Parts: sequence; C-alpha cells; structure tokens
Amino acid sequence: MNATNKPINQKAWWLVLPVLVCVAFSAIVPLMTVVNYSVQDIISPERRVFVGTEWFAAVMRDDELLEALGRQLGFSLSVLLVEIPLGIALALSMPAKGWKSSAVLVVVALSLLIPWNVVVTIWQIYGRTDIGLFGHALASMGIEYNYTGSATDAWLTVLVMDVWHWTPLVALLCFAGLRSIPDAYYQAARIDGASKFAVFRYIQLPKMRGVLMIAVLLRFMDSFMIYTEPFVLTGGGPGNATTFLSQYLTQKAVGQFDLGPAAAFSLIYFLIILLFCFVLYNWMQRVGTQQVEVEQ
Amino acid sequence: MNEKRFHKRSIFLVLYILFALLPIYWMINMSFKTNEEILSSFSFFPQQLTWANYARIFTDESWYSGYINSLIYVAINTVISLTVALPAAYAFSRYSFLGDKHVFFWLLTNRMTPPAVFLLPFFQLYTTVGLMDTHLGVALAHLLFNVPLAVWILEGFMSGIPREIDETAYIDGYSFPRFFVTIFLPLIKAGVGVAAFFCFMFSWVELLLARTLTSVNAKPIVATMTRTVSASGMDWATLAAAGVLTIVPGAIVIWFVRHYIAKGFAMGRV
Repeated sequence: MNATNKPINQKAWWLVLPVLVCVAFSAIVPLMTVVNYSVQDIISPERRVFVGTEWFAAVMRDDELLEALGRQLGFSLSVLLVEIPLGIALALSMPAKGWKSSAVLVVVALSLLIPWNVVVTIWQIYGRTDIGLFGHALASMGIEYNYTGSATDAWLTVLVMDVWHWTPLVALLCFAGLRSIPDAYYQAARIDGASKFAVFRYIQLPKMRGVLMIAVLLRFMDSFMIYTEPFVLTGGGPGNATTFLSQYLTQKAVGQFDLGPAAAFSLIYFLIILLFCFVLYNWMQRVGTQQVEVEQ
Repeated sequence: MNEKRFHKRSIFLVLYILFALLPIYWMINMSFKTNEEILSSFSFFPQQLTWANYARIFTDESWYSGYINSLIYVAINTVISLTVALPAAYAFSRYSFLGDKHVFFWLLTNRMTPPAVFLLPFFQLYTTVGLMDTHLGVALAHLLFNVPLAVWILEGFMSGIPREIDETAYIDGYSFPRFFVTIFLPLIKAGVGVAAFFCFMFSWVELLLARTLTSVNAKPIVATMTRTVSASGMDWATLAAAGVLTIVPGAIVIWFVRHYIAKGFAMGRV
C-alpha cells in the first residue's frame, strides 16, 4: 500500500467493515484472554493472584529464551536469504504459456498442499541413510550425514525441508506478479535495447514489489513460528541445535502447566514478530517509493 | 545468446522440479509398501506392491470422513475470505481514509500470534458461542489468518491497475457494483486465483486450531492423521497413503485456477 495521493473518502470504511467483523471475532477475545493470563499467577482455576508485570520481567531475564531467540533469528534470516532469491529465479524460469506452464504450476504447488506433520514424517524416512532416498544419496556420495546425531546436519535438514516446502509460495506469488506486467512494458524495453538484467531490475522487480513484500513478510513470520518441523524431525535436538522459539514456548506452557509465564512469553514473542515485520514492511515500502521517484 | 539463456533456465527449472518431486515420489513409493518393507530395506520401487493402505482409508469412515470435513470447512472459508476481502482490498488500494494504514497492517498482525497459548481461549470462545465441532466454526476460526492474507494479496494486484480505468468507467456511467464485477474483477483474475489458492492451502493444512475446535462431527483429515502415531509405533505406510490423498484436492484446485494465475493482466481488453 503506498500513499500516492489517493482521494480521501471516509465511506471506504464500509467496504472494510466486513473484514473487520470477520477478523475481530476471532482475534480480540483470545488476545485479551492471553493478556489477562499474563498478569496473573494461576494456581488453579479458582485461585488466581494478580502479579502485574512479574512474568514479563522473568521472561526477559531467561537466558535460555535469549539463546532460542538467537537461533530463531538465524534460522529465519537463512530462510529468507535462500527462499526469496530462489523463488524469484524459479518464477522467472517458469514457462508462461501452454500446457508446460500449467504442468509446472501444478508441480511447483504440490509441496504446499501436504499437511505439515506429514511433510516432516516423510522427511524423517527420506533423510535416513539406510532406507531414505535423500540420506542414501548423500551417503553414497561419501558425505557423512546423520540428522539425529549431528547438530549441523539437523539444522541444515530443517532448512532444506523448509526450502523444499515453502519456496513454491514465493515462486507462485512472483509468477502471478510477473504475469500481470503488461506486454507494452516489454515492448518498450525491447525498443530501447534494454539488457535482460535491465528488464529485471527496472521492470520486473519493481512490478513484483507488492507480491514480494507479502512473500517476505509471510515467510518471515511463518518461519519465526516454525514448530511442527523441528519437533517431529529432531525433537529440538541434538542438544539444543533446533530448539527454536515456539518449541521453547511449548515446553514452558505444556511442560510446566503454568499459563501465566507462558502467556507473557507469547505476548513478548508476538511483539518481537510484530516489530520485525513492521521494520521490514516500512523498509520495503521506502525502497519501493524511492525507486518510483528515480524512475520518474 | 537468447537461445543459450533459455537453455540455462530450463536446466535450472528441471533441477528444481526434481528437487521438488523426489520427496513426493518417496511418499508415493512408501504408500504402496508395507510398514515392514519401508523400515527394512532401501528400494526405488515397492517390492511387494500393496493397495492395502489406500483400501484402509477408503473403507474406514473415520478416515474418509476426515477428507469430507476438511473440504467442507475449507470451501466455506475460501468463499467467505474472498467475498469480504475483495471490497476491502479495493478500498485500501483506491482511497485514503482515517486509520487506513494502521488497519491494513493490523490485519496482518493477526497471523503473528504463536498458537500454543492461544488455543485455550479459542476453545473457550467457540464453546461459548456454540460453534464447537461444527464446520462453520473451523471456517470462521481460519478467517483469522486467511482474510488478512487475501486482503494483502488482492490489494497488491489492484494497486497495479491504473486508477484511470475506474474513473473512465464511472464517467461512462457504470455503477460501482457493475464496474467492479464486469470490468475490475476480470483485470485482477491473477490475484483472485492466487488468493483463492492460498486461502485453500493454508486452511487445508492448518492443524492446531482445526484439531482444537473439533471432536467428531467436523474432525479434519489433518487431525485424523495424527492417529498414525501411537504407542505401538508409527504407521508410516498409512500416513504416506493419506498424505498422497491430501495432495489431490489441492492439485485439482490449482488446475482450475492456473489460467487465472498465468493469464494476468490483459491491457488490450480495456
């Protein structure tokens, strides 16, 4: 959404209202309930003590949490650095017309449609050196690979799995964005004798800005909340190598049956994601607008 | 030079497709094996091909009803999401109004809540309003993450359409609804296709909310699948067969929307 002198019209609120009703129905009550938990010590449903910001302070002092946060940031950044360029490259090389285009589109989308718990269970077998194709292939190339034993292997496996699973999301968004560029732009570029790179840099990339922004934000927030994949594949191990933030949260919430601190943790978690997304969003907005100014 | 570049792209595409398909092939391979065969040896093809895993799913009501339940609430969810998101996305892309940027960003923040602790209040809320274990309940809960996504995707595509088109249509005497349906919608077909597919996909694979809000009548396939993990060990073969079958409805959906995604923006028609 950019602010290029759109007419002011307060009646537009009526068009937005249905969305607000639908989302607020499921958003506000649970969020307020969690806020309510986070300031209480819930000993039993009948016995609750108001503790103010004590849980928040305790969570902020938790060293293990900070470590999990660090691992999480490293993982999410790696996800973005691999998946966004790969997704763009894939979208650029997908055929635009004919049956090939349809076939490639369907094939690329397949991995998105498998429920997450199934994805990991399949990769559990797929990555084993004795009975799985991926592990077997690596082993026969002479690479020592063991995702349950080695921290690096476990981390990389979760990353490769995420790349396999989610790059199509970036690619599909970019592909649709590319397809909505009018032919006239390409014709103009051809007349100007623009190179392939110039076409990408000055036509395709700016036109994909909207979808890329969605792709970056979605991949960031979803990878920041990754839970099922490391939990099923490695259980967070070996050691703590793949214990990301949400798994640490679940350990706290389920393991210690303590709603108060877990709720405070969730809220801080939520605020961290919010902060990063806000920064990313504003940064991408600014980069985009500057570009428009340069072009004009 | 052009020829060579085309060649490089094809090689990259083929490599990616290989990377994308191999795990899926392995799942299909597993779905035709018995558990003993999966765990005992490495083979590219099932040595004793068996249909038993699929037969189990198609004959056991508790299995196949999961697919039906999922399809029902996913369909309800996708229809509601797109219906409410289309006008809102138009408002965001065309007008400024009080608080527009804040609301736009707030929408997306609803996708950012880590689920673990939020499940309990969800359970309480949906029990209170009597939507527990109904298809509508799950569909409404999934609106929380699908509506913001649909608004964002559609807004992006709508902003790509020059505003002159709206203005010309209004001068020509089109009413807003008629303009929106007959002129504007065809222009953003690609966006609608992508948004519909993503709404379908995210609702289809979501596990935690769907499992929390259902017990029997609306139990989705993703929750049924967790049954394959039990004290007596994993039932890999059945899980693989069920996984293969979860791809089918989505593949059909993407086959139907593929033209909308691939066609994009047809300037010549206006």
